[in-house]
Amino acid sequence: MEIKKEALCGTLESNDLLVKVAPHQGLEVAISSQVMHQFGARIREVVEETLKQMGVSQGQVVIEDKGALDCAIRARVQTAVLRGCESEELDWRAL
Amino acid sequence: MKKLRRSMLFIPGSNAAMLSTAFVYRPDSIMFDLEDAVALREKDAARLLVYHALQLPAYKGIETVVRINPLDTPYGLKDVEAAVRGGAEIIRLPKTDCAADIHRLETEVERIERECGRELGSTRLMAAIESASGVVNAVSIATASPRMDSIALAGFDYVVDMQTQRGDGSELFYARCAVLHAARAAKIDAFDVVFSDVNDDEGFLKEVAVAKKLGFNGKSLINPRQIELLHKAYAPSEEDVRRAERIVEAAEKAESEGLGVVSLNGKMVDPPVVMNAQRILALAGITSVHA
Repeated sequence: MEIKKEALCGTLESNDLLVKVAPHQGLEVAISSQVMHQFGARIREVVEETLKQMGVSQGQVVIEDKGALDCAIRARVQTAVLRGCESEELDWRAL
Repeated sequence: MKKLRRSMLFIPGSNAAMLSTAFVYRPDSIMFDLEDAVALREKDAARLLVYHALQLPAYKGIETVVRINPLDTPYGLKDVEAAVRGGAEIIRLPKTDCAADIHRLETEVERIERECGRELGSTRLMAAIESASGVVNAVSIATASPRMDSIALAGFDYVVDMQTQRGDGSELFYARCAVLHAARAAKIDAFDVVFSDVNDDEGFLKEVAVAKKLGFNGKSLINPRQIELLHKAYAPSEEDVRRAERIVEAAEKAESEGLGVVSLNGKMVDPPVVMNAQRILALAGITSVHA
């Protein structure tokens, strides 16, 4: 999938995260989190796995995490990417 | 033993924090709401949040329900995709006016089950009745599909359709009775309306007493603090429990001895009395009469 425009999803409330995506040459993922020390590697793993499942190989992805569970991270990243790709069609088989 | 369904807690589908933690309240059923609790611009986000939350191991043991948007909106069918593929046990269809609404949902659910490899027929359906038409057609709705699991009366839209307003409960009397009779005739469950004033415990318990007396399995709830109040109100008295234990013990003894008639203290006990005793023990959380 190709990220065509800037898009946002999520909130900065506890147990949630804010995901910003934007067009970019190459793939750049920046993550900040209250629990970076304990779970930073896991958050990055979930984000990168989600992007790979959606076929996103280029774009800038900025994550501000507030202690979200994996399920919320996946959902927020997927929604932000779909919004950035101006797509409403989701390939459920890829999830 | 039949699973208890006293409390069905609404959780807004767009609230990541609530979706991630609602299991701690231990309602009998959790309903992830994609309809009225979600703003139009967040429908896409809520759908994916609910899809993933359904797969959280923490929700094992709690019945999961997803309230979708009506199928005649741009969101309804996408919601069905997320709910069925996510593994929701039940899909709640809002604004169900006639059996055809259920038939249409059933067709889509079956298609998606085939596509994603889910067991055919494993997704059950709940109809929310919110209009005069829905109440009048309650019997045909309740029997519209073998997937039909329950009916829920939704009071707010119903009273608007009836050109009245919420009051002492008399405005809902006919609808409650009609919906409940339809459910019982179809051998499915029935849920009473939401009580929206979460600070009015007295009013809530008064309404719970009416629903329980009429025979509703439980209520839809919008606040976790109503769960304990509801469960306590539905709990049978100690005297009822002891009597139910004696009846079930007698029934089990008769069955083990190959007797067709159950007798207790020299009196014959009819099968409906045994079934009612089993229901009372279930409400008391007793799964076995043996110590």
